[in-house]
Amino acid sequence: MKSASIVKDKIFRQLLFVAAALIILISAGMIYSLTTGSFGAFSKFGFFKFTFTSAWNPTAGSENYGALSFIIGTLLTSFVALLLCIPFSLPVALFTGEYFKGTKIASFLGTVTDLLAGIPSIVYGLWGFYTLRPIVQSLGLGENGFGILTAGFVLAIMIIPYAASLSGEFFKLVPDDLKEGAYSMGATRLEVVRHISLPMAGTGIFASYVLALGRALGETMAVTMLIGNTNGIPFGLTSTGNTMASIIANQFGEADGLKLSSLIALGLLLFLLTAIINLIGRLIMKRVAVKV
Amino acid sequence: MENKIIENTVLKFEHVSVSYVPGKNAVDDINADVKEHAITAIMGPSGCGKSTLLRAINRMHELYKGITVSGHILLKGEDIMEMNPMQVRCKAGMVFQRPNPFPTMSVYDNVLAGYKLNGIKLKKSQKDEIVESCLRDVGLWKEVKESLNKKGTFLSGGQQQRLCIARAIALKPEILLMDEPTSALDPIATNKIEQLALELKKIFSIIIVTHNIAQAARISDMSMFMYLGELIEYEKTKIMFTNPKDKRTEDYLNGQFG
Repeated sequence: MKSASIVKDKIFRQLLFVAAALIILISAGMIYSLTTGSFGAFSKFGFFKFTFTSAWNPTAGSENYGALSFIIGTLLTSFVALLLCIPFSLPVALFTGEYFKGTKIASFLGTVTDLLAGIPSIVYGLWGFYTLRPIVQSLGLGENGFGILTAGFVLAIMIIPYAASLSGEFFKLVPDDLKEGAYSMGATRLEVVRHISLPMAGTGIFASYVLALGRALGETMAVTMLIGNTNGIPFGLTSTGNTMASIIANQFGEADGLKLSSLIALGLLLFLLTAIINLIGRLIMKRVAVKV
Repeated sequence: MENKIIENTVLKFEHVSVSYVPGKNAVDDINADVKEHAITAIMGPSGCGKSTLLRAINRMHELYKGITVSGHILLKGEDIMEMNPMQVRCKAGMVFQRPNPFPTMSVYDNVLAGYKLNGIKLKKSQKDEIVESCLRDVGLWKEVKESLNKKGTFLSGGQQQRLCIARAIALKPEILLMDEPTSALDPIATNKIEQLALELKKIFSIIIVTHNIAQAARISDMSMFMYLGELIEYEKTKIMFTNPKDKRTEDYLNGQFG
């Protein structure tokens, strides 16, 4: 009886190890196939030349590919999204984590915000295409309403839930006795937020936005539908362009040979970029967690 | 006759009750006069309402929903319920159970936190003066004058608590409310805080909530004994400790419960 349960326990442990090993294998396999797949492009153009030039010429015989336009497109849309999301996510975080902390209305608002995160990307894309784009168009921003700004705006809505709920948690972590200390000296609520909660939660909030940025970088579907899909370096917010994810989504179907390898190389670069951004966010968050 | 040494009233409780749950008073109908330049200790077993009473004075209960305070509390004759709560809290400084210096501020800025929080602008020379005099008052100047720009949280627990006292007195309050200020400290740091309280009562009036009967006996001039939300006995400390009138006070002081 006893020994049987010990054996079961051992088997269960082994199973867990197998599952863990499998995940690591899958990740390693993905990195491997990305690296080998992009080998063609990198060996033809060189890593730095591929990364920092903006040509995208699929004409047979004079094929030439570079990632720069798409890297810029990705960074531009993501930072526009990040900037636009702050004025919405910070108030939500303050509402749920500070002013109405622990109340029903705060948890309702939190749930509604989290619901935004559950809406599929394609639905955002549709909304952006049929509702937002005509508005942008009527304002005369961007060609037919497509472009960096339109894509960035929809991206901003998509990352609000991540930024808001994470930074709300950091507001919640600010110890009550510090806030009471400030109140006991005659501070108003706003003064407590400004001088105590924001400085205390600041690093964590920063990390929340870094992680939100990480999500924006790789977001594909909605962006592909709204950015206009042109291959040059975008010249401004109203310009059309492509992100690394959207060019892959647009062109992988009919690509082969050097072009396919270039697209895979773009995928590898995107993977590295998001991995680095996420790593930075997580490192900051870990440091904050240790302090609290 | 008995009130010869301590005469003026700084704070007056008139029918003060506090309840967390409607219909049930955690603090029930307190009436008492707190004397100026005296240390008044509030004693009693856990849950007797002593901290609750203290926090009614600077209207801290208003920060939380569902707590009601009734009655009147007069600070130097003025009803604090009629004042703006921020103003009340500037006049009644508070020191908490756990030292809570602001971790994002330096020692220097912690002392000036009350001014910064209230948006009061000071000249550099005024700031330096306030910081030095307040830190001298709490006996911390010599220990920290070389590290004024370091974070307040690098100090030891006892030093942090003295920093919090400096922060409270920097606003020149009428009264200093201490909520078990030594319960998180070791005996040496506790002794320093007690000596400090004895010094500070020359300038301020102090109300101290304490779990520690010996502490009340050592430093207080007047003692309140609370039990189940009621003020059972309020008397000069010497008299209460030698000749308590109420059986419950006697039992508590003898360690029968607590």
